[in-house]
Amino acid sequence: MSAVSLSSASDSIIACNGLSKHFGGVRAFTDVAFQARRGEVTAVIGDNGAGKSTLIRCLVGVHVPDAGSIVFDGREHPFSNPDGARKAGIETVHQNLALIDELTVAQNLFLNRELVRRIGPFAFLDRKAMKREARSMLSRLSINVPSINQRVRRLSGGQRQAISICRAVGSGAKLVVMDEPTAALGVQETANVEALIRRLREQSVSVILVSHNFDQVRRLSDQIWVMRAGKMAATVRASETSGNELVALVTGAA
Amino acid sequence: MSNPTDNAPVAHSAGAAEESRPSLSALLLDPSFWADWASVVGLVGLVIVFGIAQPVFLSVANLQALLLAAAILVVLSIGQTFVVATSGIDLSLAAAVMLGAIILGLVNAAGYGIFIACVLAVLATSAIGFLNGLIITAGKIPDFVVTLGTLSGITGLGLILSGGEPTMVGSTFLLKLASGSFGPFGYPVWVAIAAVIVAHIALYHTRFGVHLLATGGQVESAGALGIRTNRVKIAAYTISGFCAGIAAILLVARIGSAEPQINTSLLLNSVAAVVLGGVSLFGGRASILGPAIGALMLTALVNGLTLLNVSAFYQPLAVGAIVVLAALIMRYQK
Repeated sequence: MSAVSLSSASDSIIACNGLSKHFGGVRAFTDVAFQARRGEVTAVIGDNGAGKSTLIRCLVGVHVPDAGSIVFDGREHPFSNPDGARKAGIETVHQNLALIDELTVAQNLFLNRELVRRIGPFAFLDRKAMKREARSMLSRLSINVPSINQRVRRLSGGQRQAISICRAVGSGAKLVVMDEPTAALGVQETANVEALIRRLREQSVSVILVSHNFDQVRRLSDQIWVMRAGKMAATVRASETSGNELVALVTGAA
Repeated sequence: MSNPTDNAPVAHSAGAAEESRPSLSALLLDPSFWADWASVVGLVGLVIVFGIAQPVFLSVANLQALLLAAAILVVLSIGQTFVVATSGIDLSLAAAVMLGAIILGLVNAAGYGIFIACVLAVLATSAIGFLNGLIITAGKIPDFVVTLGTLSGITGLGLILSGGEPTMVGSTFLLKLASGSFGPFGYPVWVAIAAVIVAHIALYHTRFGVHLLATGGQVESAGALGIRTNRVKIAAYTISGFCAGIAAILLVARIGSAEPQINTSLLLNSVAAVVLGGVSLFGGRASILGPAIGALMLTALVNGLTLLNVSAFYQPLAVGAIVVLAALIMRYQK
């Protein structure tokens, strides 16, 4: 069960091997192998404290693993911090919905990668171009917001999450990482965000999805990785597994 | 604040709420409208009231004097706005003006040219701002505490450097700056106008401006998106210091000497102008025109009360009442 075979590196967008991370004496996870295929939605599930969040943080550069290798898009250890990961092409949709309430939808979509026009030594925001681009980014993913000039504060949780995801995808990221994207949402909003993730899958965006919700994971993902007590316990195709099997894998009852 | 509402629903967005321009009457009944435009409404109200009570108030000579008197406060309010936009506050602003003035006076008295004196004054106040920002971000100490400390430290430094004595600055350049005019306005007014334009562009049309508001809005989120929030904060304080330096030059030009005395009303009024201008003290939301008009309004208030022969003792009371009133109205801001 623990022997996880890795397929050839060419079709994986990110792969890691022998990855370990501990904080002081506390081991988050040990000797973990994991990979996500290009153009697929790859889910990571596990109980609280299984190590999945720490694993994800290692993949996006927030933590530096103590041992093991990460290969992203064919390159070894391409980054050592979140900014480096972002530049390499990994965008994270944060659990706490990292949007700036007081800025507009368009401003949020282009935050820290604003389009500018240069006039001599000065760079001025190209607000028209950003608004135009923002509209087309949103419509490409069929995201409804009242106006791109609206402050994000006044949007619902689902709309905010959709904008977070849109920003991640719209940056031209090679891999979008979502940590519990529907944890804070109601039923209808969860359905909307799930529909959005399905559209990403149709458009062959590579996604890593961390979730507690086994049904959601089976609905949305292609491949599921199960973590248990700091180890990678198993990996299964979503189409070939059942909810009961996932529960068994997560709890170790199998 | 003054963002035009752009009617632009997303293409193919069936079910998206259509945006429509609110009618004028709805606008006037909306408290958020009054909150956003508090400084403009207040200024217009004051002009009308004082204009009726004392027609001299509306004379060209008085209006020109009013603008001239407001120039220093406008410049300081702009500096304060950048800091407040990051959800900080610069309490050392007026002290920095004093130190800038003293350095200007001493360098000039030592026989260096007035230009060198002015440049050194601005460099010194900018350095104070930079230091404020550095201590706040590197030391992770609340803005309030740090700038309160530098307020005291700078005051002491100013007293030590000057020996507590004012320095006369007899410079034809400064005299011209204070009394000369171009077109309808005196030079200090043009300096203030230039500061407003540059600051407005910096806030609304540069990446720095967006990052400033993001830093003030949610500092952790901004950091998570790769914005270097510490640098942004340091820059905001440095801008505040720079504005203090410009204000110091205008002040020395206006009174003809460098006084080792803090004008506390400058500090309080700079914060008051920022609040009147609709800038959120919690950060993330700012404009430049708002605080500039807020500064004009406060100056108009003092000017008008003086013309009405109201004792100067009542002026702080009136300013205080207006600021608290404005803060109450701000609660309705959307």
